[in-house]
Amino acid sequence: MKLLTLNFLTCALKPCKASPLSFPLHPRDAELEIVESELNLSFLRNILPRLAWEELRGVVRELGLPDLPEIMPEAEALGKASSGKKTNENAANENTITTTTDEDELSPKPEVQPEAEEPDLEPTQTALDLHRLLLETSLRAGSLVCGNCGHAYKVKEGVANFLLPGHLV
Amino acid sequence: MLSTPSTAHVCFDRVYEPAEDSFLFLDTVSSAPETAFLGDRFGQRSEQRRSPPLVVEVGVGSGVVLAFVAANAPAIFGRHDVLCLGTDLNSFACRAAAQTVQTAIKEPAREPSVFLDVVNGDLASCIRPHSVDVLIFNPPYVPAELPDFSRHADYNTLPPESRSTTFEQDSYLLELSYAGGDDGMVVTNRMLEQIPAMLHPTRGVAYLLLCAQNRPDAVKSRIRDWGPGWLAETVGTSGRQAGWEKLQIIRIWRQELAG
Ligand SMILES: C[S@@+](CC[C@H](N)C(=O)[O-])C[C@H]1O[C@@H](n2cnc3c(N)ncnc32)[C@H](O)[C@@H]1O
Ligand SMILES: [Zn+2]
Repeated sequence: MKLLTLNFLTCALKPCKASPLSFPLHPRDAELEIVESELNLSFLRNILPRLAWEELRGVVRELGLPDLPEIMPEAEALGKASSGKKTNENAANENTITTTTDEDELSPKPEVQPEAEEPDLEPTQTALDLHRLLLETSLRAGSLVCGNCGHAYKVKEGVANFLLPGHLV
Repeated sequence: MLSTPSTAHVCFDRVYEPAEDSFLFLDTVSSAPETAFLGDRFGQRSEQRRSPPLVVEVGVGSGVVLAFVAANAPAIFGRHDVLCLGTDLNSFACRAAAQTVQTAIKEPAREPSVFLDVVNGDLASCIRPHSVDVLIFNPPYVPAELPDFSRHADYNTLPPESRSTTFEQDSYLLELSYAGGDDGMVVTNRMLEQIPAMLHPTRGVAYLLLCAQNRPDAVKSRIRDWGPGWLAETVGTSGRQAGWEKLQIIRIWRQELAG
């Protein structure tokens, strides 16, 4: 289970939801693993306002992982203009550019370009670190403990079990 | 036509096999009116554009619906930074679904959206209140006696020292996927009760599947009585017979109140 998931979870017991202590859940006896995934820069930039930064910092500390920065980074700190990679490629392959350029001029541009505002951004070290911590660092086994009622939800093979005895009846 | 995610690795002896109801979800969320609605609410051009929407599917089963949404986020939401989270009572479904979603978003031509996890839980009870932007639920909707939950913990894991499930266990797990109690509405009613507290207060929307025996018109009018602004409309149907829809999907949302 990814650390980012903890940003959205709370104790499954109804009476706990009113208590600020039920968030975040606290990992205990955690066995961590890294599951690599592709970095999605616009996601990282946009998710920042949804993160409970202080709470996530706490979880990261409890896990004994390198601290998150004290202050949440700005979206601008996650991307930097890309280096001159494109130019080099072009120089090496002139025929291809000519064709591409022609096509570009002829075909109408699609009206909505989802990523139009951040065309050539590359992830900064801050972005790489954040991605590694929130999306690649995963809880393989252990428990998640509610700070209010003390219930420990087990995590096995990466799947957290939030079922409570007698919950369904 | 967007392609259907592969569920070739899933064992349908104990996990719900995608069927007409599942496919109605795929068709409905990718239909022109729904992508227009969702794009308006969550797309790059909407006011909320900065914040990636959280999509939660309750009762993921094989994961076919969540994987479809995750893999086709740009077509459905007009953006690819969508967060996907699933839940199911059936732990075997949780594992199967996680793999279905992961496979679907890894396809080379995709712009990956972000898959969080599938957790083993009851409805959306472990998710933070008011955080869900899009809730999806294809519930156990058949009017049939509810399974006996008292053995859930035993049936939900492999028997000790064994590498396979028992026949009894498989029957129980499949019962979870269809048996909905009186009018097929017992599980759905529990979900409906939680929806106002789960959804994001302004932009939250839920898609819920109902069958004819669930008395969809009564369900919709009950939702409209939740309070000012609450709306419920049928946005997808299948199996039309003599003016009756066998299955339908309703959209539940809150209209912004003026002022
Ligand atoms: C009709 S199947 C739908 C599966 C899948 N979403 C699809 O469309 O193919 C219903 C699913 O809900 C799950 N389920 C039943 N009751 C549940 C509950 N209280 N909480 C979470 N999941 C539940 C079942 O295990 C099953 O996987
Ligand atoms: Zn608790």
